[in-house]
Amino acid sequence: MARSLAMEPDKCTGCLQCEIACSFEHEGVFNPARSRIRVFEFQHGRLAVPYTCTQCEAAWCQKVCPTGAIVLDDQLGAKLVRTEACVGCKACAIACPYGTIEYNPLSGKVDKCDLCGGDPQCVAACPTGAIAYMETSLSGTTANTTAEA
Amino acid sequence: MSWQRQILRVNLTDSTIRAEPLNMQWASDYIGERGLGTKYLWENMDPEAEPMGPDNVLIFATGPLTGTSASTSGRYAVLTKSPLTGAIACSNSGGKFGAELKYAGYDLLLVEGRAEEPVYLRIEDGDVSLHPAKKIWGKTVWETEEWIRQEHNNPMLKVATIGIAGERGVRYAAVVNDLHRAAGRSGVGAVMGSKNLKAVAARGTCGVSVDDPKRFMEVTSRMKDMLAGDRGTRGLTKYGTNAMMDTMQEFGGLPTRNFKEVQFEGYDKVDARAMLAIGADGHRNLVTNTACFGCTIACGRISHIHKDHFTIVNRKEYWHASGGLEYETAYAFGPVVGIDDIDACTFAGYLMNEHGIDPISFGVTLAAAMELFEMGVISTEETDGIELKFGNAQALTVMAEKTGKQEGFGEVLGLGSRRMCEKYGYPELSMTVKGQEFAGYDSRALQGMGLGYATGNRGACHLKHDTFEVDMEDQTGSGKAEPCKASQDWQAVVDSSGLCMFTMGAWGPEEFAEQLDADSEGDWTVDRMTESGERIWNLERMFNMAAGLTSADDTLPQRLLKDPAPSGTAKGRVNELDLMLPEYYRLRGWTDDGQPTTETLKRLGLG
Repeated sequence: MARSLAMEPDKCTGCLQCEIACSFEHEGVFNPARSRIRVFEFQHGRLAVPYTCTQCEAAWCQKVCPTGAIVLDDQLGAKLVRTEACVGCKACAIACPYGTIEYNPLSGKVDKCDLCGGDPQCVAACPTGAIAYMETSLSGTTANTTAEA
Repeated sequence: MSWQRQILRVNLTDSTIRAEPLNMQWASDYIGERGLGTKYLWENMDPEAEPMGPDNVLIFATGPLTGTSASTSGRYAVLTKSPLTGAIACSNSGGKFGAELKYAGYDLLLVEGRAEEPVYLRIEDGDVSLHPAKKIWGKTVWETEEWIRQEHNNPMLKVATIGIAGERGVRYAAVVNDLHRAAGRSGVGAVMGSKNLKAVAARGTCGVSVDDPKRFMEVTSRMKDMLAGDRGTRGLTKYGTNAMMDTMQEFGGLPTRNFKEVQFEGYDKVDARAMLAIGADGHRNLVTNTACFGCTIACGRISHIHKDHFTIVNRKEYWHASGGLEYETAYAFGPVVGIDDIDACTFAGYLMNEHGIDPISFGVTLAAAMELFEMGVISTEETDGIELKFGNAQALTVMAEKTGKQEGFGEVLGLGSRRMCEKYGYPELSMTVKGQEFAGYDSRALQGMGLGYATGNRGACHLKHDTFEVDMEDQTGSGKAEPCKASQDWQAVVDSSGLCMFTMGAWGPEEFAEQLDADSEGDWTVDRMTESGERIWNLERMFNMAAGLTSADDTLPQRLLKDPAPSGTAKGRVNELDLMLPEYYRLRGWTDDGQPTTETLKRLGLG
């Protein structure tokens, strides 16, 4: 069963441990600027909202990619970037309605959430349980908010 | 390894910007942040320099752990010579700015000189430039942050800025970053204003790496679990620092009405429980809690004010939530000025952040003004018609705004308690050490706290030592010198690490050492770090001595030495500084008049 990340802004304190962990997992350094998950703060810190790729079923990034660089990992349910095929054209970044696939000027290719191969580090790093890794069919439902209870 | 090995030197007089290698020997001897900043200050300025003049130096320093995965890794410190005390100033802050500065590639920013016209500094990785700040001079902290992000079309810029108070030389003006985190104390914002530097905006994409990544991840993950499992730390998450109000009230160490009393009858209207209480109309002061960079505690408060409250009823611009009360703001707008109106306290807190002012110094200065007013020394003619009486919530919020904008009587309050009380001929009413106002702990009830206040290198301060446990066990002055000295040294270590002191309930020295050792090159042991802490303390002391301070400045106001506590567990007691101070000097290896001996300096590598 495909799983994805579900986020609950109400639980998020804006500490950015998810961004720190994500960048370390993928880049080997602590660098939130290169994180695949982002926390946005609104209204003087009243709201902190973590956000990353939802692994769309009909993924626009995948559809527009001219080189077929974005592929579905059947087991994970994640859309992955085959870096050897990515030419850095950014069509996917433009197509993504959520802005969760990003161009990395250092590599000349795009980065996106790959669910850390099934062990998402942002989930492990979150101190408040604001990010859960759950069956895709349940995310966005009430199961989302009761998962932690 | 977690160092970028690079600092940024900005000379505002001739508009030069230069990257320099970080002095790794100094990083090794002084750890980082507070310690490293002290060393850079010492090597780059004359301690006799005029604090508000071009020869003063202003430093923003990160620690070795800043920007890493360690919990609370967002700290940075602002160091300079204080215009409030004439001594060294070192105020640290959280939020997101410190980590961003490091990610931009700089461990430390050193600002010298004075710009002819107002400017701000923009740092985007290696791209650093000064820009005219004419359009934002006179704008608030909140407006400035927004303006700079828009101007550079970069919502990711983190901003540390001053408000009008800093521009206009309020002696206790703060540097505020990320809307409501502040390097609050000792007037570091006034120095920034005197340099015509409105703000520093940073965005970094360089990242930081550590010496032993695998071990570091294992250690910091274990340390986070320790924090999560600690009852006291969990209390910080739920109640914030204002949980302290009840403890101090019960103990009789809650300074009330300019320290005339030590317990406040209205404490339960401004404490942490009052912030959590839901009123009949469903309104609750506390909206949510919030975290600084990397912090898994999240003690920060986000509050909102009742829309019908007199402070904002006609001011929609304040109907949003914003940074709420910490213990020190609650004390400084509550007990010490005799006010029990939580909405007024919260609003005054907004104004402090918005205009860039230290709430402790403001509240305690206002308390002295209230005492002078009630004595008939200050009249309504001077106060623009405001009845400056203890308990008057309107006086608090109106004066907070006037001080922030430097209008009317706000100009007098902006002098700080010592200068204001001297002006009216009542210096004994100033509740300060070295000119800096006391935090919310009365040193008649907490003896070691009094010794820490008296010997504090930045004047009265509750954050540079920790004698709580021994103070609460025994209320005499005996046996307080040793824990005071030891905790001062260790606190200097924590303040130099890049981590937050609110972890210290859960983490002992071993826990800090383990994290620093995995983070940085070389072997970091508790012993080595403790010695560094003592070195830092002594270098700060050397700075102060060179600036002209003497042992005569290591004292407390007469009110705490002569007037017994009127109630509480310490009823009848005064602070026994005379007993503690000579022993403290001996333990420090200082002469009878508080000068570090040649041997002591030599032992610490300072001679």
